Amino acid sequence: VNEFDQMYREVILDHYKNPRGHGTLDEPDAHAEGQNPLCGDEVSIYVAFGDDGETIDEVKFSGRGCAISQAATSMLIEMVQGKTATAVATLDKQELLDEIAIPLTPVRLKCAMLGLTTLKVALHKAKGTPLPDGLAGFDELELL
Amino acid sequence: MAVQAPAPALDARAIRADFPIFEQLIHGKPLAFLDSAASSQKPRQMMEAMTDFYSTSYANVHRGVYVLAERATAALENAREKVRALVNAPDVREIIFVRNATEAINLVAYSWGMSNLGPGDVVVVSELEHHSNFVPWQFIAGRTGASLVMIPLTEEGELDLSALDGIAAQGRIKVVATNHVSNSLGTINPVEKLVAWAHEQGAIFVCDAAQSAPHVPLDVQALGADFVAISAHKMCGPSGIGVLWGRGALLQAMEPFLTGGHMISSVRLDRTTWGELPHKFEAGTAPMAEAVGFGAAIDYLNAVGFEAIEAHEHELAAYALGRLAEVPGITLYGPPAERRAGIVSFNIEGIHPHDVAQILDMQGVAIRAGHHCCQPLMQKLGVAATNRASFYLYTLQEEIDQLADGLHTVRKVFA
Repeated sequence: VNEFDQMYREVILDHYKNPRGHGTLDEPDAHAEGQNPLCGDEVSIYVAFGDDGETIDEVKFSGRGCAISQAATSMLIEMVQGKTATAVATLDKQELLDEIAIPLTPVRLKCAMLGLTTLKVALHKAKGTPLPDGLAGFDELELL
Repeated sequence: MAVQAPAPALDARAIRADFPIFEQLIHGKPLAFLDSAASSQKPRQMMEAMTDFYSTSYANVHRGVYVLAERATAALENAREKVRALVNAPDVREIIFVRNATEAINLVAYSWGMSNLGPGDVVVVSELEHHSNFVPWQFIAGRTGASLVMIPLTEEGELDLSALDGIAAQGRIKVVATNHVSNSLGTINPVEKLVAWAHEQGAIFVCDAAQSAPHVPLDVQALGADFVAISAHKMCGPSGIGVLWGRGALLQAMEPFLTGGHMISSVRLDRTTWGELPHKFEAGTAPMAEAVGFGAAIDYLNAVGFEAIEAHEHELAAYALGRLAEVPGITLYGPPAERRAGIVSFNIEGIHPHDVAQILDMQGVAIRAGHHCCQPLMQKLGVAATNRASFYLYTLQEEIDQLADGLHTVRKVFA
């Protein structure tokens, strides 16, 4: 199955099968739910800040969807642990894409970005940090 | 639609030679195109008819007095007659060209619905509907104060007709709208029974035939429906054209849907009167070349024979259900083979349909993964999405083998 390794490489499948930070927080400081309306991927993100009210102390996610959406969110969880809300809100999506490191068609790019978009929406709601681009699937949010 | 008579012969391999799309490799593999329910591939004959029309007969139709305008008008009206014969409509003026089945249903929902629906009225659709026959009714019901009620599904994905009495008790039923064949599960719906029930209630019946017209002989008079919507692109025709058939008397009584050029009788500063059927519902320049292409597609399908197409797909569906059942962890949705068209929806345990479809694509197999524009149905099935393989006259059994083999590979990748 070598030809599939490029897309479904070991690390992606590992994150999919053993997602990091999988779960929920009872009283999150920041929370948002995102959906990919094209394929029905769902991700909910829960954030607790540290004593400074700014640094991400704990971050969890739950959801269901394709391997790309769930693995990318799992990788994101590892990336943002200990970062500030502002730093995450301005995190370039390329940093996450470099981590994922697989060729993505435009449709699958939406899958890969679902977690990051949802996290940025959660931070926006809690801290007023900038919203990300591409907010389809967040219709419950009053955006303007 | 169940096939008892000996199946008429259909040579899918010979048919395939008419479809240039198959003359290529995808990711180095032969193309197994199993997504015809979304849109069919196109025969050379259809494309050549459109090219010929553009090359020899193109001008805007109607009103023009020169030769090209006459040729173009004749070509458009010739195509309209082919559609009339295809669906056995009593009168060619009842054939309205629109963009697609979705627009056809919107036409009815707006033109008929806005004038005839109000508080206390009930619009009945089913849980099996494509969004094309769900959202327009939900929207117009909301605008008019009518309520929207669903015919529920049985466990096998068929309409639960035992619920009809309860629905009849919920108010004045004005519209019953269902599909003929489900695009998602392939379920063949008992439209004749539903039409009879709708008419008993004093309701009109709107049939979304987008998924049946490509595959079975369609007879609007035998069906008994009041409106029937079809899309050319699902039946070897070009994209951008569909047809609404409606009963002449109903169409006559309706206000127009789109207004503007061509659809008028006279325009005065204070008042405009509408043109005759079908023009009243065909504002603006018609999709002329598309109509010509649709006409050629109808000729093509007639030459193959709809009975043969239906039998071929039925055989493929039965074969696919058998082959796919061998895949460990698979869940197959929908009714048994004898009560379904050439559509098979499934899920593989623990693997999202997008991942399944992606790995299949790498093996040259094109299937659809998603909600198939049927989110209410997906909610009913308790899934976010399914995989769907669908077949047509050019589908070979070996493409289904390629799918089945591909699914074993999918499982290996995720093992």
